[in-house]
Amino acid sequence: METEHLTPIMDETAVQRALARMAREIVERHGGTEGLVLMGIRRRGDHLAELIRREIMAAEGTDVPTGALDITLYRDDLHTVGPMPVVGETQLPPGGIQGATVVLVDDVLYTGRTVRAALNELMDYGRPARVLLCVLADREGREVPIQADVVGRHIEWVGDQVVEVRVPELDGRLAVELVTPTEENA
Amino acid sequence: MTPSTTHLGKDLVGLEPLSGDQIRSILDTAEPFKEISERAIKKVPVLRGKTIVNLFFEPSTRTRVSFEFAEKRLSADTVNISSSGSSVVKGETLVDTARNLEAMKIDMVVMRHGSSGAAKFLAERIPSNVINAGDGRHEHPTQGLLDMLTIRDHRGRIDGLKVCIVGDVLHSRVARSNIYGLLKLGAEVAVCGPRTLLPVGIEELGVHVFRRVEEAIEWADVLNILRLQLERMEGGYVPSLREYNRVFGVSRARLAAASREILILHPGPMNRGVEIDSDVADGPHSVILNQVTNGVAVRMAVLYLLAGGRPESAEAAKTGGEA
Repeated sequence: METEHLTPIMDETAVQRALARMAREIVERHGGTEGLVLMGIRRRGDHLAELIRREIMAAEGTDVPTGALDITLYRDDLHTVGPMPVVGETQLPPGGIQGATVVLVDDVLYTGRTVRAALNELMDYGRPARVLLCVLADREGREVPIQADVVGRHIEWVGDQVVEVRVPELDGRLAVELVTPTEENA
Repeated sequence: MTPSTTHLGKDLVGLEPLSGDQIRSILDTAEPFKEISERAIKKVPVLRGKTIVNLFFEPSTRTRVSFEFAEKRLSADTVNISSSGSSVVKGETLVDTARNLEAMKIDMVVMRHGSSGAAKFLAERIPSNVINAGDGRHEHPTQGLLDMLTIRDHRGRIDGLKVCIVGDVLHSRVARSNIYGLLKLGAEVAVCGPRTLLPVGIEELGVHVFRRVEEAIEWADVLNILRLQLERMEGGYVPSLREYNRVFGVSRARLAAASREILILHPGPMNRGVEIDSDVADGPHSVILNQVTNGVAVRMAVLYLLAGGRPESAEAAKTGGEA
């Protein structure tokens, strides 16, 4: 793990600027904050959703209901992963999502399979009026036809390298990095 | 992620062979599953396409229904087979029954059986996952797990707690699973009951023995009160139900003498007025219905964890799978 090669793509300042712009874009697309709900996809999208909530609070003065979605039980690859992954908790915001404009927030959009799972889970909790997808990093390699509405940074073809978003709560820093897989974590 | 020490393997036969870490991992996994039963749509697709057979050679309502809810809320397809009206009464052996089911392509078997060791016997002979839903006097692991989850919910921990199992320990698979599990999680465990209903040498498992329920109440943080099977009276183990209630029944008066609040568990079905009085069963420290609710979550967790326990898929386990 220590030997893996890191290339920084966005540092903390760049991520903060992107999040501030994304927050404005979300409010602009929705036409305000009334009826808006943020749902972050665990385990990093929920931290980003919290940062976006603060940006909206600073810009608009309103507190947008924010929740977290754990999509583990909706993954399409569980029969192939062997020992089952740890299941996290899904937390809906107090008012739920019925009739709301739900902004799904994730760190990296890659194959699109996580978002497919998140959409299915979301629909089990109610019927949102509209769902928007907001991601910090949008990299090529989609395996299902899903596209983001609000994007922090597009990342061109990077082969088998991994785009990693770092958040302070889990990684000690806020950044987007390109990781070259080593034998160990390949 | 390494195929870690918390991985359960193919079957859940009992808590005795599990480590403390494995037990804790099941309890931790049960936490997020609680929420699913609170949703408007109580279903997640995680076991979609899996077929589970509930094979009950002994009558059971609570456990069978609890497993069935757990299975259905995980989107599995389920079939229930009970001993009456099945080919079992026609003299078919257990293995033949199971092999016939396997020939119809099943994935898991949840089994209750009157013989101790039946679950292990079956698990060693068929490739499907086997979950023990109670085998003779041996173990009832999911009951032990839901008892521990309920204790942990209400006391915040299990380590260091004093838990006393009261009643017919001799015939109780619930008692055995509780003893194994609680000791592995660091609780102090005691049993209390008439001499005729305590197994000889029970102390060797590492439990205290109380002959008087008053002493047990003075000592314990938690009482797990076992059902007194009514047929025990006919078997000569206790002179009468009234006598049993007078000596070992948990009553409000007896609990009032305790120096602390005691959490009350009972695996059900209760004999009110025999092993437990109504004002205790319905009292403020009773968590008997919480146990029932937790039963579904714990069984969902076990089904989920075992579904990943097929050896052929262990190789693919190394990819963490962040898509």
